[in-house]
Amino acid sequence: MNMIELEINGIPVSVKPGTSLINAAKLVGVKIPTLCYHSDLEPWAACGICVVKVEGSPKMLRACATAAGPGMKVTTHDPEIVNVRRTVLELILSTHPNDCLQCSRNRNCELQTLAEEFGIREVPFEKRLRDLPVDNSTTSIVLNPEKCIACGRCAKVCQNMQGVWALEFIGRGEKTRIAPAADVTLDESPCIKCGQCTAHCPVGAIYEKDQTREVWNAIEENKKHCVVQIAPAVRVAIGEAFGYEPGEVLTGQLYAALRRLGFNAVFDTNFTADLTIMEEGAEFVRRMTEGGVLPQITSCCPAWTDYMEKFSPDFIPNFSTAKSPQQMLGAMAKTYYAQKAGVDPKNMYVVSVMPCTAKKFEVSRCETMTSSGFQDVDVSITTRELARMIKQAGIDFRNLPNEEPDSLLAEYSGAGTIFGVTGGVMEAALRSAYFLITKEDLKDVHFMDVRGMKGVKAAEVDIKGTKIRVAVAHQMGNVEMLLNQIREAKAKGEETPFHFIEVMACRGGCIGGGGQPHGATDAIRAKRTAGIYTDDEKSVRRCSHHNPMIKKIYEDFLGKPLGHKAHELLHTGYQERKVYKK
Amino acid sequence: MSKNKLPDELLRFIDEWKDKRGNLIMVLHQVQEHFGYIPREVAFEVADLLNVPVAKIYGVITFYHLFKLTKPGRNRIAVCMGTACYLKGGEDIILELERLLGVGINTVTPDGEFSMEAVRCIGCCGLAPVMTINGEVYGNVKKAELTKILKKVKGGK
Repeated sequence: MNMIELEINGIPVSVKPGTSLINAAKLVGVKIPTLCYHSDLEPWAACGICVVKVEGSPKMLRACATAAGPGMKVTTHDPEIVNVRRTVLELILSTHPNDCLQCSRNRNCELQTLAEEFGIREVPFEKRLRDLPVDNSTTSIVLNPEKCIACGRCAKVCQNMQGVWALEFIGRGEKTRIAPAADVTLDESPCIKCGQCTAHCPVGAIYEKDQTREVWNAIEENKKHCVVQIAPAVRVAIGEAFGYEPGEVLTGQLYAALRRLGFNAVFDTNFTADLTIMEEGAEFVRRMTEGGVLPQITSCCPAWTDYMEKFSPDFIPNFSTAKSPQQMLGAMAKTYYAQKAGVDPKNMYVVSVMPCTAKKFEVSRCETMTSSGFQDVDVSITTRELARMIKQAGIDFRNLPNEEPDSLLAEYSGAGTIFGVTGGVMEAALRSAYFLITKEDLKDVHFMDVRGMKGVKAAEVDIKGTKIRVAVAHQMGNVEMLLNQIREAKAKGEETPFHFIEVMACRGGCIGGGGQPHGATDAIRAKRTAGIYTDDEKSVRRCSHHNPMIKKIYEDFLGKPLGHKAHELLHTGYQERKVYKK
Repeated sequence: MSKNKLPDELLRFIDEWKDKRGNLIMVLHQVQEHFGYIPREVAFEVADLLNVPVAKIYGVITFYHLFKLTKPGRNRIAVCMGTACYLKGGEDIILELERLLGVGINTVTPDGEFSMEAVRCIGCCGLAPVMTINGEVYGNVKKAELTKILKKVKGGK
């Protein structure tokens, strides 16, 4: 490849064609300030803070949207450029509230950071706040348009990455606001609650619905028996809130922290990930051998479930009826564990900690979420909310010992932990499906073809002569292409191109979830992913069906996969929903 | 969404433009021409027919001043506020019309007869100040004539 040679601040640098000036500058140790730019998205040059001078150009150019050219001489910082940037910042601040202390993004806000770096002490422009109401209509996400700086990241994420189009620029000029179309609330809009808007917002304009108060109240209430579960992807990201590198596996410290917060029992969603595989794997084998509807499609991602019910209800028969691990744990806690521990499920309060905002929606998604006779999971909080609770409790996370969870609903195999990454549910299912079909165990449990960041991954797996064609999609906007492939084959009367499909709404899977610590980029997702695979490699047991506590729960309580009791407690259904509620 | 809110001529137009570049603006123009604004249910139907997200349609119709989301009056008054008309007293015309109609700018009178908006230069600065009613141009408008003009327009219907 011909490299492009240019000079940035007099320093020669050589970059691949198409490299933006922002990324070229990083190579010579220069950070150009940005607000609207995000490495997940194509640049659209909205904010103007990244302007630079390029010799020969009569005006300053935006470094995010300008590709490095041969022989370019770029100046990234001089008094004039810094002044322009300062003005951009002052104009944004003139329409932005000064309530940083009460903001969900306090000390973690890109605008606040820039204001600090530029040493802004006063704003010469008249303060003009926009008196627009907060939209807290959904179970998961709060939109506060007053704090919006109209950078557009959330809308671009919602439209281009996720293909949902719940958010759009409404209006024009200084009246531009980001909102759902057609005068509806977020809850009435196509929003799937994935929360990628909240993960990408540079400020506190769109954020997770904070439910930590509810959790504190439950813990403080003496009558309540509070149990908690943590999802696979939480353990490799929570550390970022306490100064660890992304991807550090902190399971033991998390168990310790949760116990110190006051939970009566600490469980692990990885256990019910194994349980999901038992049910979903059995369901798949049944569909394969008894001529059921194929492909089977995974359903453990609630944002994806919501998307499918709204946009692609023709795939309802393809959806695995197995509940997600979060919901299975709730159901098992309020039945199996309640019996064993002698606790009245009426007094039990189940909290889950998820990398996800859509999980808040899932806890009351439909009537099967109360299979125990009570709401199976009472409240679902995000990784970000848990980090805040740990800090509020004065727990020195970095100096916690490794502790063990409570045994009944916590032991997990490597298959359970990889639910947290794209391809993980598929890989876990294949590890057990192989056993279910052949009655033999795999010698090599790794399915490398379903791993990695490619938007859609397809592979053929040979299970002793039975060829299984699988596909994995992540980042919601990638799924439609895959579904269309299946629709086309169906319309032509051809055999289905795939037998089994895994879909996760967020880029990289749950490790890149909308409830994870802010600032995820592909580099950070890669580290979190590596953490998950490390956890898998370190596991003594790599397949869900080898988990002794899974064997025990079937022997003691559930009977067999897809059996009567399992059906009642561990399976759900789907229904077509309107894209716009009104 | 209930189907077939659209008259045949619009459906034919949409069919013709369906796969062409820039079709959304063209179709929205026709819709606005037909209804005088973009009714919500029609926006949803156009989204369906052109296979574009509803949000994209609202992005476009709220961006361009020309597209209206609410039904205008039976008689549509547009007062020019281009540079020449502004200097020649366009604003006075608006104030007087507001007084006569009893409603402000961008609002429909309670009887549904009139709605008024301010527009940018309509290209006949020599006649400033200018206004149009239902597309008909009135040049060198004087405040004192407005009552008569309104009466005539209303009576003519």
